[in-house]
Parts: sequence; structure tokens; C-alpha cells
Amino acid sequence: MEIIENANREALERMLGGDPVLVDVLPASEAIPALTERMILHAGPPIEWERMCGPMRGAIAGIAVFEGWAASLAEAETMAAGGAFEFHPNHHFDAVGPMTGMTTISQPLLVVENRAYGNKAYCAINEGLGKVMRFGGNDAEVLARLAWLRDHLGPALGAALRDLGGIPLKNLIARGLTMGDEMHQRNVGCSSLLLRELAPTLARTVGAGQELSEILAFIAGNDQFFLNVAMVLGKAIMDPVRDIEGSSIVTAMTRNGTDFGIRVSGTGDEWFTAPVEMPEGLYFPGFTAADANPDMGDSTIVETIGLGGFAMAAAPAVAGFVGAGAASEAANTTRAMAEITLAENPEWTIPALDYQGVPSGIDIRLVLETGLAPTINTGIAHREPGVGQVGAGVVRAPMDCFKKAAWALAERLGVS
Amino acid sequence: MKDKHPASLFVAPPRVVNIGLEAFASELASQGVEVIHVEWVPPADGDPKLADLLSKLGV
Repeated sequence: MEIIENANREALERMLGGDPVLVDVLPASEAIPALTERMILHAGPPIEWERMCGPMRGAIAGIAVFEGWAASLAEAETMAAGGAFEFHPNHHFDAVGPMTGMTTISQPLLVVENRAYGNKAYCAINEGLGKVMRFGGNDAEVLARLAWLRDHLGPALGAALRDLGGIPLKNLIARGLTMGDEMHQRNVGCSSLLLRELAPTLARTVGAGQELSEILAFIAGNDQFFLNVAMVLGKAIMDPVRDIEGSSIVTAMTRNGTDFGIRVSGTGDEWFTAPVEMPEGLYFPGFTAADANPDMGDSTIVETIGLGGFAMAAAPAVAGFVGAGAASEAANTTRAMAEITLAENPEWTIPALDYQGVPSGIDIRLVLETGLAPTINTGIAHREPGVGQVGAGVVRAPMDCFKKAAWALAERLGVS
Repeated sequence: MKDKHPASLFVAPPRVVNIGLEAFASELASQGVEVIHVEWVPPADGDPKLADLLSKLGV
């Protein structure tokens, strides 16, 4: 249909023309004024407490204690069940969050401005690996780290970024792809590049001493530090693509541990959901598939912009880490994702595929026509609250989301 | 009229292109038959109503 083809051309122009710049780190209450006391933003499409999975509940209890809304985890759970907190998706507030995706008023948020379109997006700072809140961790160690992020790392990063005038991210991603990153389960290159950009300014704005040492060590010690930056730049790129009449391009994919949800440009902000699937992957020593929680997190915004599973060919090391098979399989995954997308990103290319651009612009029509569901590289959380990450793997977006979206788009276009 | 059964079919080893169910290709390959497998599933997961809708939406 001509209206769809024209709309998709416009959507691709906006998507590929985005210019994301990491400009600041701000307390969430400043970054998102609509966020108030006892409001908790979470990953995925909307969900009520009764249907939330274990890690999501664990994170909510933890963040309620962290914010001082409850004296204990048990009290926080009772309060949550009694309706004391307001739950909303991050996506409804220009934000994203990995795994459980907790966003509340006092947390420091990365701010990315899309300078081509003037919009901003937000995401919390990555906490590191192991027992962390994004995987449902909520003990004293987890909360102490969040307090350090709020009181030390967040303000220091914000000051450095303001001093720098922001760090353009598009080129940084391009370089990361040539260094073996796919920006979802591997961010070694981009984390290092970001630290190189930040370190001289941090040294000046923080000053020599223990504080600077701790900040540099925290960033340098976390290979996934850049993940949250990749997520928020993805959100900043995709938000201007929303709400183009007729467009069949996916603008968001996300999961809350219970449901998988997608948004499509031509159907506005409506969510199309289906039960989320279980990742297939590899487990850390001592854990098995029986410990795993179903797929979770807003991090699938990374696949929505052509990275993560879509750029697997750039990151053969990831294929092994997530149990996706040989390096040649990584290339096949990227080729398969090219069948469900409308374009290659000419600025984000993959050396191993003779500099083919990452597959960009997921078209729900192509997903349904080919039967190829988007492939997502993901971390795996323990199903019980408070334990943390137990592995990493690959998961597919449920086809039912795309079927529902196709019928809704058709209805809007008067096609039956 | 063109010969529908060229003699070469019976004198040369078979070369197979398998479309769809991978088990057929695996079985032939295990018997030493040259086979190329093409991944394919029916459009719209075999749902005729959805396939019709997709054709109207321009796929």
C-alpha cells in the first residue's frame, strides 16, 4: 500500500537521521518532573502487582526501601500489594530500564538528547554484574551500591558531561561494532571508548583522590557499563519515529517478565502484548534452566535500532556467551534479521559482513510473512526475588504481538 | 514434446534441494546424498486470513 510505503520511508529517515548525544546525568525527579513520590517505573508494557514475576517484585520491594517508602522488604511487599505504589512503564515517561528497569525519583538518570529532533530520553546507570537490582537483587549490598551511584557517580558523571558539552554517540557505536560489540550482551569496546572520553574531564572535575579512583575503577570494572547508554540512545532515536500514520515499523519492543510488548509507529502508543518466552542460553556455575525467569527488560530497544541480536555478526564472542552456537551462526542471525527489516544503517556497519549495515527498521509485515521473529540477546534473571543474574541467552519476540499489531494497523487504514 | 524424465536423473547421483522441513534434508545428508536445505515456512504461519491481510497491506 502506498500509504504504508511512504510512511515507512519517513520512519526510516527519522530513525537513521537521529543524532543521539549523551548530555547529562540528573536525579530522576529533575529529569522527569512528572515522576513523584511512591511512583515506580518498571520495564516492559503495563502490568499490575498481582501479575508481576519474582524478580520484578523483588526489585520493587528493594527500591521502596531504598527510597525510604518502606522500612523493610516485607513491609514494601505488603504496601505494594495494598496499592501504596503507582506502577507505570518506563516507556510512558521517555525512559527505559534494563531487566526489572526500576526508575524512581532519587536515582541518577543518563540523559541522551537526540539533537536532530530535540527530544530527550532517560535511563538509570548500569550497576555492574551479579547481584544487582535490575535482576531483582535487593539486599544491603545492592542498596548501598545504588546509594553510591546516587551520591557519587551520578553527580560526577553529570558534571563531567556538562563540562564536555556532551558525548556524541553515533560514531562511538560505529567504532564499537568494529571492536566486537553488539551493544546488548557485549559492550567491552564501547564501555572502554566512553571511559576514554570521560576520564580526563572526570580527573579535572572530581579532582585527584579516592573518589576519582573509585569512579574510574567502577566504570573500568564493568564491561556492560555502556549497555544503559546504548538503551537510552535507542529510546532517543526511536521516539521521533512514533505515530507516523500508516507506518508498519516497530518503535519499541520490551518485556516485564510476564508479557512481551511491542509498539508500532502507525498504531501510536498502543501496546500489543503476548506471554513472554523463556530465553535459551548458558547458565553460570550452580544454576540451570529450572532457576530461570522468563525474559525481561526494556533493553530490547537495542534490537529495535538494529543492534543486539540484529548485530550478532559483529560480536562472535557473544554467540558463545549466549549459547547461540558457532561464530558463523552469529552471521546467519544478522542475515536473518535483514529479512525482516527495511534498510541497512549505512553508519553502523559490520566488518565481518563486508561492511553491511546493521538491519534497521523492523517491519511487522515482514516478520509475519517470513515467520522470522526478532532475535534478542538477553541476560537471564533467577526466578526468585533477590538472587540476581544466573546466565545469558537468546530469546525470540512472540509472533502474537506482531499479528495483533497487523490487525490493528489494518483497522486504522480501513483494510479488512 | 520435451522429455519429462531425462535419463540423467537415473544415471547420476541425486542432488536435492529441500524446502521447509529440515528433517528430510538431515536424513538424506546422513545417507551421503548431496542436499541443500532452504529454510522456509508458510507465509503468516499458514493462517489464510492473516496471509490475505498481509497481501492487502502490501507484502
